[in-house]
Amino acid sequence: MSWVNAVIQGVLLGGLFALFATGLSLAFGIMRFVNLAHGDLAILAAFLAVSTTAALDVNPFVTLLVIVPGFALGGYVLQRHVFNRTMGADPLPSILVTFGLGVVIQNTLLEHYSADSRGLDAGAIETRSARITDDISVGWFPLLTLGVAVVVLVALQLVFSRTRSGRAFRATADDPATARLMGIDDRSVYARIMAIAFATVALAGVFLGIRQTFGPSDGPVTLLFGFEAVVIGGLGSLWGTLLGGVILGVAQTVGNQIDVRYDLLSGTLFGHLIFLAVLAFRPQGLLGRKGRA
Amino acid sequence: MTPILEVRDLAAGYGDFQALFGIDLRVDEQETVAVIGANGAGKTTLLHTLAGLVPATAGSARFAGEDLLAVPHHRRVGRGVALVPEGRHLFPSLTVEENLLVGAHTRRPGRWDRDRVIEVFPLIEPLMSRPADVLSGGERQAVAIGRALMANPRLLLFDEVSLGLAPVVVKGLYAALPTIIGEGTTVLIVEQDIGQALAVADRVICLLEGRISLEGTPADLERSQITAAYFGSERP
Repeated sequence: MSWVNAVIQGVLLGGLFALFATGLSLAFGIMRFVNLAHGDLAILAAFLAVSTTAALDVNPFVTLLVIVPGFALGGYVLQRHVFNRTMGADPLPSILVTFGLGVVIQNTLLEHYSADSRGLDAGAIETRSARITDDISVGWFPLLTLGVAVVVLVALQLVFSRTRSGRAFRATADDPATARLMGIDDRSVYARIMAIAFATVALAGVFLGIRQTFGPSDGPVTLLFGFEAVVIGGLGSLWGTLLGGVILGVAQTVGNQIDVRYDLLSGTLFGHLIFLAVLAFRPQGLLGRKGRA
Repeated sequence: MTPILEVRDLAAGYGDFQALFGIDLRVDEQETVAVIGANGAGKTTLLHTLAGLVPATAGSARFAGEDLLAVPHHRRVGRGVALVPEGRHLFPSLTVEENLLVGAHTRRPGRWDRDRVIEVFPLIEPLMSRPADVLSGGERQAVAIGRALMANPRLLLFDEVSLGLAPVVVKGLYAALPTIIGEGTTVLIVEQDIGQALAVADRVICLLEGRISLEGTPADLERSQITAAYFGSERP
């Protein structure tokens, strides 16, 4: 029964990974933009939630009302005035700029908050769970995380497939020069995509902070999990991102279940192995389209 | 007739390479003008400069009284200048219907909409929900023209409509032209098929190495004149 439990917990953990990966998936899928500061932005959001909860004496969930719109605005402005200048056939400038941004965020956090680990206290929801059998119980908070991830991805999918803006986003992803001929300003599309990406990473960061403790240098490993989820699921596919997150989550919890004493088979490593297997045998990802690398 | 497009002394190019020199061009409202010329004569560059894909390096272009060159290129379709690009350039991951809807992105008012496009190109109707990248060349060209019409342009620029298509398909596409012109659209056509160009145009302009080498109505121009202007042959 503990195996079933491991899978269920893995699926729930996958919700958090999917939430992390959404922004990466969007930025890469639509504008071929690799944001290496993505993980650090999540940690930044978690720390901002720490300060806001302390200052206003509110639940971390309430801070989302400020942090998510704030991040969206920040993403829009950064893309419009900084990232757009790095876009082009050569991916290196954007990688260097976002890598630098990540270093700046990490060091600013270290300076301001010290290297101590922090956590966010969301109250009773963190420990409550629904008991399904004697061996299996589902925590309310992990369930909420997965639910939020699904809602975010379904909402984005609807925007992309049903709305005028969504069509403009996809047309720009296909062919920015022709999109301009249709009257679509690709630079403005990129700024709006980055706003969405930043909003989702802020959400993911605060949820991460509620789930576990975090420190200023936790960004890169978070980024790694996000990238793994995107690659497993398939580049440019939002459903793939959800699937990738869930598979990575299950791989990690099941990996932990196999043997916790034996370091080599720790959950994280097991997740990496699944990621490498996907890269080796299905490089376009499980739901990715072939030939659009 | 009032001119809708007035180009004066226009020059344009790519980096160090200059493709157009001192182009003077006047297109009247509801006129159909064909631009002919050999490969590399600058025909596509002329259309791209008007659509904004290539920046002009000198000269001016006034469209409906406005300085067209000062309008950022993604805004030009909103002012009424639409391009049907060479090679169709449909959005491959979008369906045919979505391609048409993206053509209407600017929400420019006018007579063209989804149903009117289907009326003119009935072959599109059964394809509406197909992804654009599975269509045949002729179907793609029809969708590309339909997509440009969805923007309700005042000036429609056609770039090499017949390129790579079977003659019977080209004939079908050109059959739609009178309807398009009948809606009050001014048309500027770049065409390598001289016969086709002479058949549909009110006026023909021949480009040679980036300069206008000949201009006139199809009735006035002799074949030998066109050949000389096309190849630049004042050979002995």
